[in-house]
Amino acid sequence: MKNTPATDLAPVAKRPTPSGGFQAWLPRLVLAPSVAISLFFVYGFMLWTFVLSLTSSRMLPSYDFVGFGQYARLMQNERWWVASTNLMIFGVLFVVICLAIGALLAILLDQKIRQEGALRTIYLYPMALSFIVTGVVWKWLLNPQLGIQAMVQSWGFESFRFDWITDPDMAIYTLVIAAVWQASGFVMALFLAGLRGIDDSIIKAAQLDGASLPRIYLRVVMPCLRPVVFSAVMILAHIAIKSFDLVVALTGGGPGYATDLPATFMYAHAFTRAQIGLGSASAMLMLGGVLAILIPYLYSELRSRKHG
Amino acid sequence: MSTLQKTTLALALAGATLATTAHANEVEVLHWWTSGGEARAANVLKELMEAEGYGWQDFAVAGGGGETAMTVLKSRAMSGNPPSAAQIKGPEIQEWGELGLLGDLNSVADAEGWDELLPDVVADIMRHDGQYVAVPVNVHRVNWLWANPEVLEAAGVEMPTTLDEFFEAGEAIREAGFVPLAHGGQAWQDATVFESVLLGGQGSEFYQQALVELDPEALGGEQMIDALEDFKRTRELMDEGMPGRDWNIATAMVIQGVAGFQLMGDWAKGEFTAAGLTAGEDYLCAAAPGTQNAFTFNIDSLAMFRVSDDEEREAQQALARLVLEPTFQEAFNLAKGSIPARPDLDMSEFDSCAQQSLADFQRTAEEGGLVPSMAHGMAVRADIQGAIFDVVTNYFNDADMPAEEAAERMVSAAQAASF
Repeated sequence: MKNTPATDLAPVAKRPTPSGGFQAWLPRLVLAPSVAISLFFVYGFMLWTFVLSLTSSRMLPSYDFVGFGQYARLMQNERWWVASTNLMIFGVLFVVICLAIGALLAILLDQKIRQEGALRTIYLYPMALSFIVTGVVWKWLLNPQLGIQAMVQSWGFESFRFDWITDPDMAIYTLVIAAVWQASGFVMALFLAGLRGIDDSIIKAAQLDGASLPRIYLRVVMPCLRPVVFSAVMILAHIAIKSFDLVVALTGGGPGYATDLPATFMYAHAFTRAQIGLGSASAMLMLGGVLAILIPYLYSELRSRKHG
Repeated sequence: MSTLQKTTLALALAGATLATTAHANEVEVLHWWTSGGEARAANVLKELMEAEGYGWQDFAVAGGGGETAMTVLKSRAMSGNPPSAAQIKGPEIQEWGELGLLGDLNSVADAEGWDELLPDVVADIMRHDGQYVAVPVNVHRVNWLWANPEVLEAAGVEMPTTLDEFFEAGEAIREAGFVPLAHGGQAWQDATVFESVLLGGQGSEFYQQALVELDPEALGGEQMIDALEDFKRTRELMDEGMPGRDWNIATAMVIQGVAGFQLMGDWAKGEFTAAGLTAGEDYLCAAAPGTQNAFTFNIDSLAMFRVSDDEEREAQQALARLVLEPTFQEAFNLAKGSIPARPDLDMSEFDSCAQQSLADFQRTAEEGGLVPSMAHGMAVRADIQGAIFDVVTNYFNDADMPAEEAAERMVSAAQAASF
């Protein structure tokens, strides 16, 4: 094949056909290492974790199979239930409150106010921090002798109490506070982008029909934002399930193990308490939880792409 | 899930990059003596090794009370390439021994007379299947009570010698406007206070039955309920800012005169020393109330892995010998706040707390009362220790749980911890 300008376009157009030869294989060759690596390190280790969860492994992996015995032990483990319940409480509150605050902030910012850029940056900044930093800062703020309680008491309100972090029943809500503080600005940015994408003429039409502003947002704008809500829920839900660093920095799982989450449970058992089998079983259940959220998401994504 | 994946990946990478085998005539030592004083102390060992013509490959892994180091060690062992020696302690030595990974030190032990040198309780921990596989580096005492003399004076109390006196003194200190007992609400600190209170109220025989032998009758019995109730009472002596507080912050409260007492192992002394205080004058130390005739020990040790190379084995044996030699024992333990693992040393360089500690160590080794610390992983396997921690810390933080229920849970914790 001669490389004259006149025939140059032809092979490019035909690239997907077998006659492309090396050209067609090049992208696959280039991608092959990363595919192989992720197959091995992600899916391979997932499989290995599953295999380990069926064994009696303690300090080091062993292959003495005990069926679903580790899962049975996990089900009887009170701390696992505390961790799972905590995840439910934390996950639901975190997602719902973040969505509510994020949407509200976005709508308020959308009123063509002055200095919107600066305000937006302020709200978005917490997202730039790592959860470790957020955890440490909130740990001090929530400490009854250093933080908010001490400050309000020093103003003269001696009876003011805000000691949730020391109370096993309330401590899980301190995680929600810190996580919401961190992530709601991000949700706001998502909503704001969504709001900016809505055609002005729809809103103008609603105004002409005499709809009030709250009504326009509730009945016209919000339904248009459904895809944004969906993405936000997906992102927040997986942040909630993966939460580990926030717990470690903010409460250390305490008081007692009142703020344990499945991720911290898994780490503690697999790596510090020499119970790799039990830890793997809990990791598999967490994977199940993630898949339960991810599969419907992927399903709907793929379906809408086919239709679109 | 993804956390596990990340950790596994990190381990695989760590294993790959760190997998540099010790050369002949050289020892590779995995340890987590990484803080300033500790690192200097470990360096003494390195110099001693080099003076005898052996190489020393430092494999220090910082962080988390050795958790990170153990994770790295496991990945090295799994890839068939363990270091020559690693800082492993307590019942974990037995677990590694059962895997057949540890080499024996009998020839050094015989030549140096370890059988006579070490108390039986300590020697038992260092042996697997009758063979010496590890060498003790130091002895920490866990059942210490630290106090600020100015606070005690202001409250008009003396160092308490029984639990009752301790609670009375605590009340007086509170009335004088101080925090009676400095504490950090972390599971291991809760367990540290728990075992000292149990030992003080119920004695070392009961401690041995319950927390070392895990006798269900002791764990669920009347004495355990009493001990748990005493333990819960200590909570009234603490301040509300304790959740998640690190132990050294709690020690700082005693140093600064905010708090009167702290129940903590002798590593707390490092904090007092760093603040420029003198034992017996600026701060007081005494056995935890009621535990004058007992000694809960936390012993760091170096376990030796089986190596095939003769020269490396020779270096390993030299390391084991040097660890117990007076030069290193003195230098290391002065820096670490602990006492030497061999009782025949000149203690004049050490402060009064360490001298008392060594005297008590020898006395309890002979008369009984020398027991391993449950809270510091010397008494039971890590999984059972974890299950007991869960019960202890949950009971301590749950205002509504009766001691009877906690005792029942303690029994099931000891049984259900593993297959």
